[in-house]
Amino acid sequence: MKVLVAVKRVVDYNVKVRVKADGSGVELANVKMSMNPFDEIAVEEAVRLKEAGKATEIIVVSIGPTAAQETIRTGLAMGGDRGVLVQTDAEVQPLAVAKLLKAVVAKESPDLVILGKQAIDDDSNQTGQALAALLGWGQGTFASKVVPGDGKMAVTREIDGGLETVDLKLPAVVTTDLRLNEPRYASLPNIMKAKKKPIEVLDPAGLGVDITPRLTTLKVAEPPKRKGGVKVASVAELVAKLRDEARVI
Amino acid sequence: MSILVIAEPSTGAVKKPTLTTLGAAAKIGGETHVLVVGQGVADAAKAAAAAAGVTKALVADGAEYAQGLAENLAPLVVAAVKAGGYGHVLFPATTFGKNLAPRVAALLDVQQISEISGVVSADTFERPIYAGNAIATVQSADAIKVITVRGTAFEAAGETGGAGAVESLSGTGDAGLSSFVGAELTKSERPELTSARVIVSGGRGMQSGDNFPMLDALADKLGAAVGASRAAVDAGFVPNDYQVGQTGKIVAPELYIAVGISGAIQHLAGMKDSKVIVAINKDEEAPMFQVADYGIVGDLFKIVPELTEALG
Repeated sequence: MKVLVAVKRVVDYNVKVRVKADGSGVELANVKMSMNPFDEIAVEEAVRLKEAGKATEIIVVSIGPTAAQETIRTGLAMGGDRGVLVQTDAEVQPLAVAKLLKAVVAKESPDLVILGKQAIDDDSNQTGQALAALLGWGQGTFASKVVPGDGKMAVTREIDGGLETVDLKLPAVVTTDLRLNEPRYASLPNIMKAKKKPIEVLDPAGLGVDITPRLTTLKVAEPPKRKGGVKVASVAELVAKLRDEARVI
Repeated sequence: MSILVIAEPSTGAVKKPTLTTLGAAAKIGGETHVLVVGQGVADAAKAAAAAAGVTKALVADGAEYAQGLAENLAPLVVAAVKAGGYGHVLFPATTFGKNLAPRVAALLDVQQISEISGVVSADTFERPIYAGNAIATVQSADAIKVITVRGTAFEAAGETGGAGAVESLSGTGDAGLSSFVGAELTKSERPELTSARVIVSGGRGMQSGDNFPMLDALADKLGAAVGASRAAVDAGFVPNDYQVGQTGKIVAPELYIAVGISGAIQHLAGMKDSKVIVAINKDEEAPMFQVADYGIVGDLFKIVPELTEALG
């Protein structure tokens, strides 16, 4: 089984992002960038499938600027076999990402595509579902467990009420939730080895995909600030405040 | 242009996420229809047609829709959107809506607008990005706007007041791509997290799942739901459906009591719109205190039982 994993380079999850003074976006200059955490889980799952003898080859794909090669290298150091970068400096919105991934799928013919359920920058939670739609494949979103079978895959999904399991016909798309696995740290020898693994560079025009954004960001603002309140000394005081001041109990 | 709201699956009363999505539809303005899908949903369709502001309920009833599989539902929604000429298609931002909406949007060749928290005009919306640390105002150039709606940001429409007709849609069949195997749903007598008036949430400070009954006791006194931080869910203290945060449930109750939760931005993203926040934590430097209206520094294993007791 050939597995394609999509990874995105995003602002590191530990960074407290700041809105630019002119309201045009958030400050990205000199900010630490990392692989989207959900995508690390996606790479890890692919590597585990390979270690279990279920996957034969892992292709790590990213879309973005030249620097996204670093993100691909991270995936290769974790155990990916080779990389594909669809290089562009332009803003690429989720629908266009799905179209580009569809074009890469057409070249590579994987049996499974694994993506993070959402990127922690735009919080869209769309690309996997959109890709599955464009390919006409089944989708196992918010996965907490995947069990490959014969021509199918059982995916346990985290839903509002608990968990549900669906069987997907392969090829299929899976998007990862937090409990699917705990991603490994790449070892130094594997980081060195990853430097020699090939990364193919493509561009959107060459893939015949129009990536013109459909959404225009008019402004980006700080959310309303919540003021910290008071510290109370005792449970009795807390109950009194909740009763008489806040009137919520 | 009219609006189509896709209802959260129900076989009876209209679910709260559907009502808040109707609230967002009312802000956009225009004739509003609701699409009810599932198996045995005749009563749900009648209930949807009676919700405030609804002029028509479309219903698709069939075994292939019983489990909410997006592969089967998306072609149906697309056919309904095309036949009805809708300008807006709104889904609640529940796991049901988040799973289905992008599939519909892609089939319509539309760039979806996720989790709107405000309506500026018919084509311009506000939505949180970066775990709610920034609010983007975005304008859509697509002819059809496919949107998921953050329930906490809109007032729920009334369950009555509408006088819509019910119209049956012909199904689009089983796509043959997926099948439902089973579900393990958390059973609870308590209110659902996303509609609870009060929430008691536990974090890593709870130390073990064995200590959560202590929160249950407090929740029972308050008629509250019980939630958790990602740390508590990852540690296996409680199931995933307890998780409040950027990638879990977004809640905004009247009262949110955070017990042993430090207050990582990913957690704050899911609850900082609560009306009143109480923090109970032994670490007085915990970021949760910076957003809490009332904080109490101390041992939660003493404070929580004391609070439960004090509420009589």
